[in-house]
Amino acid sequence: MSIKGKAYVAGIFEHPLRDIPDRSTAQVHAECAKGALEDAGLSFDDVDAYFCAGDAPGFGALSMADYMGLKLKHTDSTETGGSSYIVHAGHAAEAIAAGKCQVALITLAGRPNGSRVGLGDAATRGERFRMAPPGGGGGGINEVPEAGFENIWGGTTHNTYGMCAMRHMYEYGTTSEQLAWIKVAASHHAQWNEHAMLREVVTVEEVLASPMIADPLHRMDCCVISDGGGAVIMTTPEIAKSLKRPLVKVIGHGEAPKGPRGGKNLDLTYSGAVWSGPPAWAEAGITPADIKYASIYDSFTITVLMQIEDLGFCKKGDGGKFVADGNLISGVGKLPFNTDGGGLCNNHPTNRGGITKIIEAVRQARGEAHPKVQVPNCDLVIAHGTGGSLGTRHGAGTLIMERE
Amino acid sequence: MSDVSERPATRRIPAPGQNLESKPFWDAAKEGRFLIKRCNACGEPHWYPRTMCPFCHSTDTSWLESKGEGEIYTFSVMRRNTPVPYAIGYVTLDEGVSLLTNFVDCDLDRLRIGQRVKLKWTPTGDGNPPVFTFTTA
Repeated sequence: MSIKGKAYVAGIFEHPLRDIPDRSTAQVHAECAKGALEDAGLSFDDVDAYFCAGDAPGFGALSMADYMGLKLKHTDSTETGGSSYIVHAGHAAEAIAAGKCQVALITLAGRPNGSRVGLGDAATRGERFRMAPPGGGGGGINEVPEAGFENIWGGTTHNTYGMCAMRHMYEYGTTSEQLAWIKVAASHHAQWNEHAMLREVVTVEEVLASPMIADPLHRMDCCVISDGGGAVIMTTPEIAKSLKRPLVKVIGHGEAPKGPRGGKNLDLTYSGAVWSGPPAWAEAGITPADIKYASIYDSFTITVLMQIEDLGFCKKGDGGKFVADGNLISGVGKLPFNTDGGGLCNNHPTNRGGITKIIEAVRQARGEAHPKVQVPNCDLVIAHGTGGSLGTRHGAGTLIMERE
Repeated sequence: MSDVSERPATRRIPAPGQNLESKPFWDAAKEGRFLIKRCNACGEPHWYPRTMCPFCHSTDTSWLESKGEGEIYTFSVMRRNTPVPYAIGYVTLDEGVSLLTNFVDCDLDRLRIGQRVKLKWTPTGDGNPPVFTFTTA
């Protein structure tokens, strides 16, 4: 397949101003977006893919996507400096050609001249405090649109995921015992991994007795902090078949960001997996019942529970019952998960667990997991993760793979 | 012995970063007025405040003074790696939008989802605007 003739440039807009002393950088991105959509005769509601580079304030594409109220199937924040947008246009054409999206928005905006003007003494204070506290506090200028309203509250991964767990318990009666079963299952797997940070098998009681970090999450509800890393090679069917390794192919993929969405109908009990899952299942032509092994991002136990529900392994709200009683333990339960011990016991390299999720899923599909945790006839596997925070804004990615 | 007495009673909340879009909010905060944004085209309020409505994408949006009353949507008390426990959470305002905040001047162990809360400005010092914390009503 080629991108040749598969994607058209339908709308363009160049901002008319050369000095913009009176608005935020996010605002200028949105004005450019609006201009290009109007030029095309399309609306923000038509956009299902968003591309931006380092000039977009915030965390990758997530802040601006949420700012503009976009509902997306595809995001890309590839950064190659000034050439980024040309790279983006190529990536957008690839995504459109592959049927991953239909209307891609690419924006660039910045205000090197105007960013100091108009804030009065706040700008001066900004200079003074610029290097002071991390996370957007300390006054001064911050072009990340949500920063002043959100980054001052001492939000950490622990307490923002804690807020999700608290609400999930309130709405669905999920219990700390049920969450603890997720850690217990991970520890059963980690005992066989010689590289795992935590190899000791733990009990539900031990999880509940570990110190409370951020209500209602105990220390053992949290993943480890580790150095480390990983890498993945992807290639063509022809080259894969010429190599002396088991054949594991990608058969489905989906992605989606989720944020507070203007603060309307806030719902922290579900994740972006509700949108990244369905296109992946449809592309793969299978259902959750077909999956033999699941790598599920486990920054916290609640992360696993919500994503299992959102991917359709059980009904929304039934995650607590689903994960209890060893249902995630390989050889014991219906859905063997994170057989390397996952983030909860094995590792979480530089606080980013996505790549290790792919790696263990491929090991399982190849039949190369530890014999004590290898799932028999493991021909269909899934690797799923969320990044950012489930409690504020995050991006979800779903990857379904098949062993030939 | 001394570490207990030297602990601050509450977490110090840093001053908010501002930009030209959020400046009117923080200027009003200095005057004790709590503003949200509402879209004149579709009528929906939104949070955090933007020039463009995140729902209908109209740029015809206005500032609206909120009473700063609502209920706790969710919360979490941070108990470790902090000099003093503090509560982060979302409040759903009576106007219908939910916002992230801290709960202050109340018993953190008695916070409950659904509890009524009201705005309580917390100063950040050094000429910076106060921030919109909430306390139990």
